[in-house]
Amino acid sequence: MKPLLSTHSLEARYGDFQALFGIDVEVGEGDAVALIGANGAGKSTLMKSLCGQMAVQGPSVLLEGQAIGGLPPHEIVRRGIAMVPEGRKLFRSLSVEENLRIGAFAARKGPWTLGRVFGLFPILKEKRALPGTSLSGGQQQMVAIGRALMSNPRLLLCDEISLGLSPAVIQDIYGALPSIRAEGLSVVIVEQDIDTAVRSAQHVYCLMHGRVSLHGASHAVSKQQISAAYFGLEEPEDVTTGMGAKQGAAA
Amino acid sequence: MSEWIATLIQGCLLGGLYALFAIGLSITYGVMRVVNIAHGDFIVLSAYLAMVPVAMLGVHPFVLVLPVALLMFGVGYGLQRLLLNRTIGPDILPPLLVTFGLSILIQNGLLEIFSADSQALQVGALSTASLDLGAGITIGAFPLLVFLVSLLLTLAISLLFNKTPVGVALRATSDDPATAGLMGIRAKHVYALAMGLSFALVAIGGVLSGARTTFTPASGPASLLYAFEAVVIGGMGSLWGTFAGAVILGVAQAVGAELNAGLGVLSGHLVFLAVLIFKPTGLFARTK
Repeated sequence: MKPLLSTHSLEARYGDFQALFGIDVEVGEGDAVALIGANGAGKSTLMKSLCGQMAVQGPSVLLEGQAIGGLPPHEIVRRGIAMVPEGRKLFRSLSVEENLRIGAFAARKGPWTLGRVFGLFPILKEKRALPGTSLSGGQQQMVAIGRALMSNPRLLLCDEISLGLSPAVIQDIYGALPSIRAEGLSVVIVEQDIDTAVRSAQHVYCLMHGRVSLHGASHAVSKQQISAAYFGLEEPEDVTTGMGAKQGAAA
Repeated sequence: MSEWIATLIQGCLLGGLYALFAIGLSITYGVMRVVNIAHGDFIVLSAYLAMVPVAMLGVHPFVLVLPVALLMFGVGYGLQRLLLNRTIGPDILPPLLVTFGLSILIQNGLLEIFSADSQALQVGALSTASLDLGAGITIGAFPLLVFLVSLLLTLAISLLFNKTPVGVALRATSDDPATAGLMGIRAKHVYALAMGLSFALVAIGGVLSGARTTFTPASGPASLLYAFEAVVIGGMGSLWGTFAGAVILGVAQAVGAELNAGLGVLSGHLVFLAVLIFKPTGLFARTK
């Protein structure tokens, strides 16, 4: 299958600091890909490189074979990549409905309309006239996802959509993924919770220090392999060492 | 008693003119967080732009309101796109310095071309026509017209911001230009539209004010100051607040002038200072 999106030796830097070193990632049509990795591994930088918020070399990001690396975000969204940014980033002076409508600014044709988004997240219809930022965290996340869907993307990037939400709300949000993907939409999710990531995606990429340390079909990668790729352990089969390192990293 | 009522009404009408100046400033500040120091000089420039065809062709100044507004929209759009967008960034000083430079250029350019003589746009009988409200109160027909134009334009701009896709894009860009980019909005284009809109209002204000009072190449800074005071009194980011701020400023000036002919402008400044001291966010700011 020809990939919808692929990166080729993608590098990204913040001034003198290089954040990504030769990343090769593929997202197939209709695929769901999870990006995992420790804090500072480069997950968000990779997402920013895909949506145009990070200046990268043109040919290092291809959308259906076309170089889109380094294009400005307003151009990339017109080509069909929509971003649910980390921290939701709702427009504070816009109502819920206006936040959703502004998502359709790029005017791409497709199945997603205000009605469809309200169908997916009925609570938003009730609260449509309220300021977007007055909602609870989970509802704000629904607005952010709905806003991205309104551009009728072919690829949806979700950066840390469970951040700061309660487990029940996270389940609600991830529960919407299947209906979002029903029309063949491809999804890339960045997720801290490895179980959620593996469960909701077909492919997993693990990043470490700006490089891909593991990738594969999510049913084929083991917990040990992930722990090793996550923390850079030499002995992936030693689970107890893995737990020790996890506590060390959290400290 | 009726004298004071007349004074209050005149102050309100004067405030209507200031609102025309201030709404434009409020838009550019609200969307870009940038104060255009040359704002007042573009008001004066608009008056001169109308004066040339009035002098050469003898047309009525009102005929020129729309053409000058359209021209100035283009000037504002181009200026933002080609020059001012390059100055916007985390540092607030570059746009201030560049527009300060523009202010000097415009003032001296106008002085060179039109001399320092004070000018006025003649609107014929309308300039002296008045309405008798009874009880000894009369109000000028032209100031009333300016006030109504200002009120309608504020309403129109307010609807534009709240009800149209362009307005929502303007507000979104004002909130967060980077995230607006993810929606497909080009911040640089939106900024230029905001400046164009501001300049169109400036043009209408300039032509009407040129017909209401006299102007010289050096009149700009005073207009900028009144506009700025109105925006601060009303509170940043609220169009109707700005309109109310302009009316408060106009009333303060009229009341001061009624007390003593020399106190008009000063009492406006005092109200402005009082607001800065007691409610620095402005009287009608949308607090978050």
